[in-house]
Amino acid sequence: MEYFLQQLINGVTLGAIFGLIAIGYTMVYGILGMVNFAHGDVFMIGGFVAVITFLILGVLGLTWVPFALLCMLLIAMVFTGVHGWAVERIGYRALRNSNRLAPLISAIGMSIFLQNYVQLLQGARNKAIPPMISGGVELMTSPTGFTVKFGYMQMVIIAVTTVLMVGFSLLIARTSMGRQQRACEQDMRMARLLGVDVDRTISLTFIMGAALAAVAGMIWLLYYGIIDFYVGFLAGIKAFTAAVLGGIGSLPGAMLGGLLIGLIEVFWSAYFSVEYKDVAAFAILVLVLIFRPTGLLGQPDIEKV
Amino acid sequence: MLRVERVHTLYGHIEALRGVDIEVKEREIVALIGSNGAGKSTLLMTICGTPQAAAGRILFEGRDITRVPTHLIMRSGIAQAPEGRRIFPRMTVLENLQMGALVGDPAKFSEDLENVFSIFPILKQRETQRGGTLSGGEQQMLAIARALMSRPRLLLLDEPSLGLAPMIVRQIFQIIQDINQKTGTTILLVEQDAFHALRLAHRGYVLVNGSIALTGTGRELLANREVRAAYLEGGATEDQ
Repeated sequence: MEYFLQQLINGVTLGAIFGLIAIGYTMVYGILGMVNFAHGDVFMIGGFVAVITFLILGVLGLTWVPFALLCMLLIAMVFTGVHGWAVERIGYRALRNSNRLAPLISAIGMSIFLQNYVQLLQGARNKAIPPMISGGVELMTSPTGFTVKFGYMQMVIIAVTTVLMVGFSLLIARTSMGRQQRACEQDMRMARLLGVDVDRTISLTFIMGAALAAVAGMIWLLYYGIIDFYVGFLAGIKAFTAAVLGGIGSLPGAMLGGLLIGLIEVFWSAYFSVEYKDVAAFAILVLVLIFRPTGLLGQPDIEKV
Repeated sequence: MLRVERVHTLYGHIEALRGVDIEVKEREIVALIGSNGAGKSTLLMTICGTPQAAAGRILFEGRDITRVPTHLIMRSGIAQAPEGRRIFPRMTVLENLQMGALVGDPAKFSEDLENVFSIFPILKQRETQRGGTLSGGEQQMLAIARALMSRPRLLLLDEPSLGLAPMIVRQIFQIIQDINQKTGTTILLVEQDAFHALRLAHRGYVLVNGSIALTGTGRELLANREVRAAYLEGGATEDQ
């Protein structure tokens, strides 16, 4: 029981990271119908911007932890947002009306480019930072001596993710910008006929997706203490799996899918085998695609005429 | 107010419009009639810049809008209720209307909302319902209401009667006339139901195979023998 509870905490933490990345996949897919394979690398860039900010703050002597974290968060979101914008502007916009395969191939190219770009500028070695938030609360101890610990780091991750996801959902559901985004998703030509600047809306989608991925990248860095230029590949594919599991195109689906992939991976590692944890996540993807291709919360387009 | 001069539009390699000239004057209702595939909807879409004209010129209030991006054309005082209604299916009726008001004055939103609810009371009842769940007639009303939310000076209506019960058709045409008379909104109306459209319109154009074959006042076209033979006799509705 105690062991189970501990895994649950760990799984939710990991799921929060995947969920944040998955939102970017699902929103871009919703509007453009393409999988942005460079999104995992945008997440990685978020982690790197956070490291660099951390080092600069250290040089400047600004080491008060809450201030440093806030700086890292904001700077990572802004810079990564710019990268997300540039990926769309350079890699996808010109291909928007072409064959469906063209932007997909371009996306793979952008992914390879971003990895090499970071490798060349930052070196191939991984970057590490010391733990910034340590300690935690011991929830309970089993008779066998196993202690369930809810780390402060984990609390911060879950709290930040929850706030961001709620805020972001409200942004999409309630604001004019969110409505314009949904309008583009449902009927881009009609949105244009109502005066929506579609190019701007698509750019904003990429910027917002990248900013959320940047938060995930920074969380990854703080949680594991280490990051390298290749980390976006597997994390990105898992977050994409999460988006498909939840129903690609659906915002709550991406969050739910992320949570589930995090839980599946952690529980599989805890009870079966750590070596095969990636197999577990992808096996679930295969099963979902066979038995429920629209994902858990996805909807087939039956309302459209 | 609107001048379309020798406009050609291509869909791939097919020339859908072959040198169309029309003019719409302020406060007029102008009907554009023609059979399926004549290019009526293409003309409305070309006016809105999606697709852009391959040749020719479109002037709105004296300004050349031929190469202006669609979203900017729609911000200059033109609104369209397009073919197939194109309601956002997973948005509520209210959200659809908010989308229509995007280019309008935010301070006038509630006033405009009251206005369209008074024209189409059924939409008020359906306010929180998703667009995709409305009936065809309700969707048509929503499409017109959405176009009205931006207070356009020129309203483009594409087949507002398509697929609707005769009673609702009469109601919609009545509403179109009211909009024109009460607010002075200029209307360019595309219709297959030539009889109703020409009775309502001040002037009309007949589009055949991508070019204008005939023009005249609504009354003249209704009396024209070729028009009667091609669009009015046989299947057309002559109910009064």
